[in-house]
Amino acid sequence: MDVLTLSRIQFGATAAFHYLYPPLSIGLGLMLVFMEGLWIKTGNTLYHQMARFWTRVFALTFAIGVATGIVMEFEFGTNWAAYSRYVGDVFGSALAAEGIFAFFLESGFLAVLLFGWDKVSRKMHFFSTCMVCLGAHFSAVWIIVANSWMQTPAGYHIVVRNGMPRAEITDFWQLVFNPSSMERLFHTVCGAWQAGAFLVVSVSAWYLLKKKHQEFARASLKVGLTVALVASLLQAVSGHVSAQGVARNQPAKLAAFEGLYQTTSNAPLTLFGWVDEKNEKVVGLEAPGLLSFLAHNDFHAPVTGLNEFKPEDRPPVQASFLFFHGMVGVGFALIAIAALGFLYFRKGTLHERRWLLWILVFSVLGPQIANQMGWFAAEVGRQPWLVYGVLRTPEGMSAVVQANVVLTSLILFTFIYFLLFAVFIYLLNDKIQHGPDDADLKPSGKLALPEK
Amino acid sequence: MHFDLNTVWFILVGVLFAGYAMLDGFDLGIGALHLFTHEDQERRVMLNAIGPVWDGNEVWLVTGGGALFAAFPNVYATVFSGFYLALFLLLAALIFRAVAIEFRSKRPEHWWRQTWDIGFSIGSILSSLLIGVALGNIAWGIPIDSNGEFAGTFFSLLTPYPLFVGVTTVALFMMHGAIYGVMKTEGALHDKLRGWAMNSIIFFVICATTLTMATLLYVPHMSEHVREHPLLFTVALANMLAIANIPREFHHGNDGRAFLSSCTAIVTLMALFALNIFPNLVYSVTNPEMNSLNIHNAASSPTTLRIMLIIACIGLPVVLAYTVSIYWIFRGKVKLDRMSY
Repeated sequence: MDVLTLSRIQFGATAAFHYLYPPLSIGLGLMLVFMEGLWIKTGNTLYHQMARFWTRVFALTFAIGVATGIVMEFEFGTNWAAYSRYVGDVFGSALAAEGIFAFFLESGFLAVLLFGWDKVSRKMHFFSTCMVCLGAHFSAVWIIVANSWMQTPAGYHIVVRNGMPRAEITDFWQLVFNPSSMERLFHTVCGAWQAGAFLVVSVSAWYLLKKKHQEFARASLKVGLTVALVASLLQAVSGHVSAQGVARNQPAKLAAFEGLYQTTSNAPLTLFGWVDEKNEKVVGLEAPGLLSFLAHNDFHAPVTGLNEFKPEDRPPVQASFLFFHGMVGVGFALIAIAALGFLYFRKGTLHERRWLLWILVFSVLGPQIANQMGWFAAEVGRQPWLVYGVLRTPEGMSAVVQANVVLTSLILFTFIYFLLFAVFIYLLNDKIQHGPDDADLKPSGKLALPEK
Repeated sequence: MHFDLNTVWFILVGVLFAGYAMLDGFDLGIGALHLFTHEDQERRVMLNAIGPVWDGNEVWLVTGGGALFAAFPNVYATVFSGFYLALFLLLAALIFRAVAIEFRSKRPEHWWRQTWDIGFSIGSILSSLLIGVALGNIAWGIPIDSNGEFAGTFFSLLTPYPLFVGVTTVALFMMHGAIYGVMKTEGALHDKLRGWAMNSIIFFVICATTLTMATLLYVPHMSEHVREHPLLFTVALANMLAIANIPREFHHGNDGRAFLSSCTAIVTLMALFALNIFPNLVYSVTNPEMNSLNIHNAASSPTTLRIMLIIACIGLPVVLAYTVSIYWIFRGKVKLDRMSY
């Protein structure tokens, strides 16, 4: 394989693995804020027990998220040096801002969240939990700003320096609020909330099935299902907003998502199916006019097809289509699951419906799959561009890096990441089997003192 | 020397990397010393001495890398693609030590803990060594062609001088970590750590003296500015006094001050490095005049440097404020409890 393919595989694989963890940190961070907030508000120590239990899980995901995140930062320089030279002026700023505003906040207050239970007052601890959650969200803000700039570049101009062209900032706020950043941020953060909430739901449903820690499980489900349902519904809204943004800003990407070759008014939305690339058509069940409506709020509006773009400017169609439809399908399934779970939980009959509990146990995979497919759709759909309309993917490669060297690092990191994943699952399972600690029903140290 | 934006950013990137060396230095050093004790309880105390702060310390590297990317993208691109394999080894080492800290005490079995202990220790030593080797290469200079690209190989990075800088870095971090450990522990482990601290001071002084001689003899451009401006020799003097002060403070039982001296030693070393390499960031051995990457030909636009400076002015004071308060919350000797590693 050539160095370009290997570098792309390596970046895709390390990013996909990394992205198993940050959504959990963001989502669980929010859950911890709710749990600890409820404890302080109600004084019910069950919530304290919950916060302590999920803090331990949070610590595990956070550690791997940080460790695999440094790899991402370094890879821009190692594998994509030409890209780094070209966009460092713009992209680097967002990345540096992430370090200063997000990572320090997160890691600093994490110390208090994890180890400060007995050392600080309730209010100080709750404040730290909020700061960790905020830091996790800030990191999403800056990395999405950076990535969205690659999708819809704005606030820059191309300047020739030392004989080489490169992008330089003209307007920082245009860069930050580029045409796609806010809607994509909304979409990404909803996905992260789902990841955290469904993890809580899944583990709690498992306890109900096994008739263990039932009181703890019910209290967790109350918080978990509520956040899961709200996040899943919001996700449908944000997905719709994002899709309209893609139609506006990246029409070739939208056409690939839907496998649409001819520009069509009354364009149909494929519910499920695949693309027959040779005959340039979609095989599957279609809802007429719906794509026009989703993209432009009008059943008769024309939607741009792939044939409007030169073949060398089109993204891979089949992959974009399948990732996009996979994501949407899982997204709708999650709404249904969360709604059913919430409904029966409110009725008080959830623990009798073992089939639904089993679905809830496996629902934890849903947000992870949808998040992964969504990112693959977004990044594959951006091809052949590294920076949409500005820099092509092959142009961003490091000039001095050879294929065998990339292969070495790829093999090394595949091995390391499989090992990490196995240990992560083993320890997560260990924590779940062990369950909440009964000692946590009694707050200790300074936390034991009632608030004045 | 006038203070334009590029110089300011040279200093800021330097501050971030010096901050990294000073902070992550002690937890890498604790890692290097980790296997010296065989008792599980003592290993746990050492881990928990760095427990609340190690990942915050590592953020200095992440932010330093981000700042380098944003302020001097050409340096970031040339060095990171040129040092490809070395950096992936560093990443692997950093990952192993990070997850080893988190995983180690999650299971009681001896084999489990021993495995992660070894991972933690080797990861820490290898990280320190590679950081030193990278720094050594930057000091010595690397082959850079007229396109600003690295023209060497992985093995051309492993020459004696950079390797010796690597060993010196391991010694420095061991010393720094041992002193931190002395400050954070009590009882038998405290006495052990004091012994290791004294030994690692000797180890470091031998390395540092040799390295100084080697630098003066073989890397003349790394002492050029101090030769031209004798006033700068005070930094070298401060460095030596700081190191000499460590055993003195130990003698008087001031463990905290000994640690501050060690911090000063690291910062003055970084300052000497920066003073001599300025205004270059990467010295080209093939054509120092034309091909070196300096604060002007490698930098981002003035607009970006100005925006970034505003970001830094807002962000850094806040970061410093809560970093200090978190060290304050976790001050004093380590006590193991339920939430400990």
